[in-house]
Amino acid sequence: MKPTRREFLKSTGLGFLALGLPPAFLVRAAGAEQAARRKVLVVVFQRGGMDGLNVVIPFKDRAYYALRPSIAVAEPASAEDRAIDLDGFYALHPALAPLKSIYDKGQLAIVHAAGSPDNTRSHFDAQDYMEIGTPGKKSTPDGWLNRYLKNESNGDSPFRGVAVGPQTPRMMVGTAATLTITSIEEFRLRNTFVAPALQKLYAESADPLFRRGGDNLFAAMARLRTVESQIPQSAAAYPAGRFGAGLKQIARLVKADVGLEIAFNEIQGWDTHVAEGGATGQLANRLKELGEGLAAFYQDLGDRMEDVVLLTMSEFGRTAQENGNRGTDHGHANVMFVLGPRVRGGKVYGRWPGLAPEVLYEGRDLDLTTDFRSVCSEILTRHMGRQDATKIFPGFRPGKNIGII
Amino acid sequence: MSASLSDEQKIIHLLNRISFGPSPKEVQRVKRLGVRGYLNEQLAPETMPDSAVEEKVARLKTMRMNSRELFELYPPPKIAREAGMAMANPMNAPRFIILELQQARLLRAVDSERQLYELMVDFWSNHFNVFAAKGADRWLMTSYDRDTIRPHALGKFRDLLLATAQSPAMLFYLDNWLSVSPNAPAARMAANVRRRGINENYAREVMELHTLGVDGGYGQQDVREVARCFTGWTLRRPRGDAEFFFNSRLHDQGPKTVLGTRITAGGMEDGIQVIDLLARHPATAKFIATKLVRRFVADNPPPALVDRAADAFRRSDGDIRVVLQTIVEAPEFFSREVYHAKIKKPIEYVASALRLTEAEIKVTPQLLRYLARMGEPLFLSQPPTGYPDVGSSWISSDMLLTRMNFATDLAANRLDGARVQSRDPDNVQALARLVAPDSLSQATQSALAESAASEKLALLLAAPEFQRR
Repeated sequence: MKPTRREFLKSTGLGFLALGLPPAFLVRAAGAEQAARRKVLVVVFQRGGMDGLNVVIPFKDRAYYALRPSIAVAEPASAEDRAIDLDGFYALHPALAPLKSIYDKGQLAIVHAAGSPDNTRSHFDAQDYMEIGTPGKKSTPDGWLNRYLKNESNGDSPFRGVAVGPQTPRMMVGTAATLTITSIEEFRLRNTFVAPALQKLYAESADPLFRRGGDNLFAAMARLRTVESQIPQSAAAYPAGRFGAGLKQIARLVKADVGLEIAFNEIQGWDTHVAEGGATGQLANRLKELGEGLAAFYQDLGDRMEDVVLLTMSEFGRTAQENGNRGTDHGHANVMFVLGPRVRGGKVYGRWPGLAPEVLYEGRDLDLTTDFRSVCSEILTRHMGRQDATKIFPGFRPGKNIGII
Repeated sequence: MSASLSDEQKIIHLLNRISFGPSPKEVQRVKRLGVRGYLNEQLAPETMPDSAVEEKVARLKTMRMNSRELFELYPPPKIAREAGMAMANPMNAPRFIILELQQARLLRAVDSERQLYELMVDFWSNHFNVFAAKGADRWLMTSYDRDTIRPHALGKFRDLLLATAQSPAMLFYLDNWLSVSPNAPAARMAANVRRRGINENYAREVMELHTLGVDGGYGQQDVREVARCFTGWTLRRPRGDAEFFFNSRLHDQGPKTVLGTRITAGGMEDGIQVIDLLARHPATAKFIATKLVRRFVADNPPPALVDRAADAFRRSDGDIRVVLQTIVEAPEFFSREVYHAKIKKPIEYVASALRLTEAEIKVTPQLLRYLARMGEPLFLSQPPTGYPDVGSSWISSDMLLTRMNFATDLAANRLDGARVQSRDPDNVQALARLVAPDSLSQATQSALAESAASEKLALLLAAPEFQRR
């Protein structure tokens, strides 16, 4: 049962009313409940440069096995440690087995040879470009998720944009207020006696940065306290670690109907220069955590997944050829996942550029055939209901729809 | 043009920028020595006795151990199991080594007399970041901090660069120890399946992050050539008596061209030439100057000051002290525009709170957990960029909340490992003058005036003014 606005004010407002504070943000937080079910986009960033060629394996491209003598994943017809056939050309890494049934249900779309068109092989620049959404142009001040929040006016919930973990990712930095939350339970002031004075201090601060930050923080805390007891406990088995814990928090916020539209989570450890492994090993371990996390999220949300599209991305792919240490170095195009019941899944999208030496990007990497902004634009327009995404990705013309949604 | 800073504000500003924050004692010291005198003293840390804090650090037993001793005492779980060591005891886990490193770093930030030096140790630790939880780096980090970063933190940039290039911790972290010429005879041996060719990781980061900067004018071909120059720069016994050595059998003997310069020395000298080329490249002077001005002056470094700092870098052949002196003595440093313009990083926030309150500290896991929740678990930045130095990275709602909780816990003496000296309201008023003399906002002033005596210190430490430096 949702609290009425009056109950909400009663349960949280005593201290503030006693102080005679303008209760604007309280009204705002209380009003958020009316927003109720919204469309949600969840972005998962895989920091470090995931080796897409070993994640969705083009096993029918003969060059693949020649380029990767020690780390290639065996084709689906092999006896053991084999990849999972998707469509007779591509196969899924075996550690991603939990995603196969979602793919088969047509709710996981894969876009191969996708990513950022800029040729940088710097982690920092490549991540930055994908997060600000203007590859090659560093001066863009805000992240593209923030621009979405800024350009849509779906009320004023402090929970419209939430990143899990302590840090605000570049993708969400900007003038629209966003939240970061590590743990819903711990998202509270430990000393409740000081809270009213602190809130007032921040509300009246002449420092706009901290005034806005405090406003958002206190509104979010008040709202969470009123809803947290009503959020159903999750039965899904998330993998241990920050990534799984983060997805679990996002799922709870979706179920809590606090006005969440944009959520962000990240998973590190993809920079596999050495001993990357094939069907098992370093990359496989990362994929296991990723796959189990996404599958748990999908299961946890159940029919609430109807509102959700989850998108994965990583700053660049890796060299087509393995390096001298049974690993791979920084490369170019990669693979993206789009997951959700509204997705036209069960298919690998994107033109395959091939792996022959003469078609490799700069002679070494998988070439790019789908700009990541095309994927994002399509989700923003077809799922989130934006008329056009050109304000979110200035200077970018998405071209015709890929058809993933 | 706005009014210039008062003398009192100048002192607070100086301590906010070249120390981990003002304490009553330190403010007296600046008053006695004058701004320039204090700076000169801080630029000559070797002349300053620092026994009090070093005695505390010496009680952390891992700080003096070499990597072999650390590996034997804190072995990886598998080896410990085989040796029948008590696994239940977390004091025997490799994690304990990182815990002591974190303790030492925070102890020194709070209590060292050599504040500018410690601050530069923190700066270079991020600039030359190594992730302490990557494989063998668990046992190599102690030496990296003690024998690589600390001896050169106020020395010559070129020496620091070379020391990191040859440090077992960096060789392991950025994989150069495995990078070999594909044509080297040793690389073809069956036993060397892990080393059959070039690994670009270090070659790229040494230019992008350590020297030229990402826009410093190098290309993919340069990355390749630098990697060739550093083939054979490897290490012996990464999980034992780790040490750098040059293995000529793994080195690419062919000629190379880096940034238009032919490298023909051969052998280990190839790498040394690259170090010299990069350390003395104008793009490096500019890049290091920009980062230092960002640390000491403003998130958007004034270009004119960056140029002068870069010039000082070049003229002094990368003498870090000379560059720092140029920056701190510049008019831009004390301009009203940059007063309280920087937002404290978590270690700066925590250390400054402990210094302001003259807290007696035993660095406990609880204190360190707070730092982690604020987003800066020390020595544990996984990407090679280290922790960022711009305010926008450090003021998310979760971080802000954690800072508020830290402030209230500390002020109430509920923080295990730190006891503040005095919570007396008069003292809080005096401390407020060390935070923002004659510049406390109306909101903070009235909060301090209206709140209960027991809450005043918490409010001061949680106030927006104290989030800035």
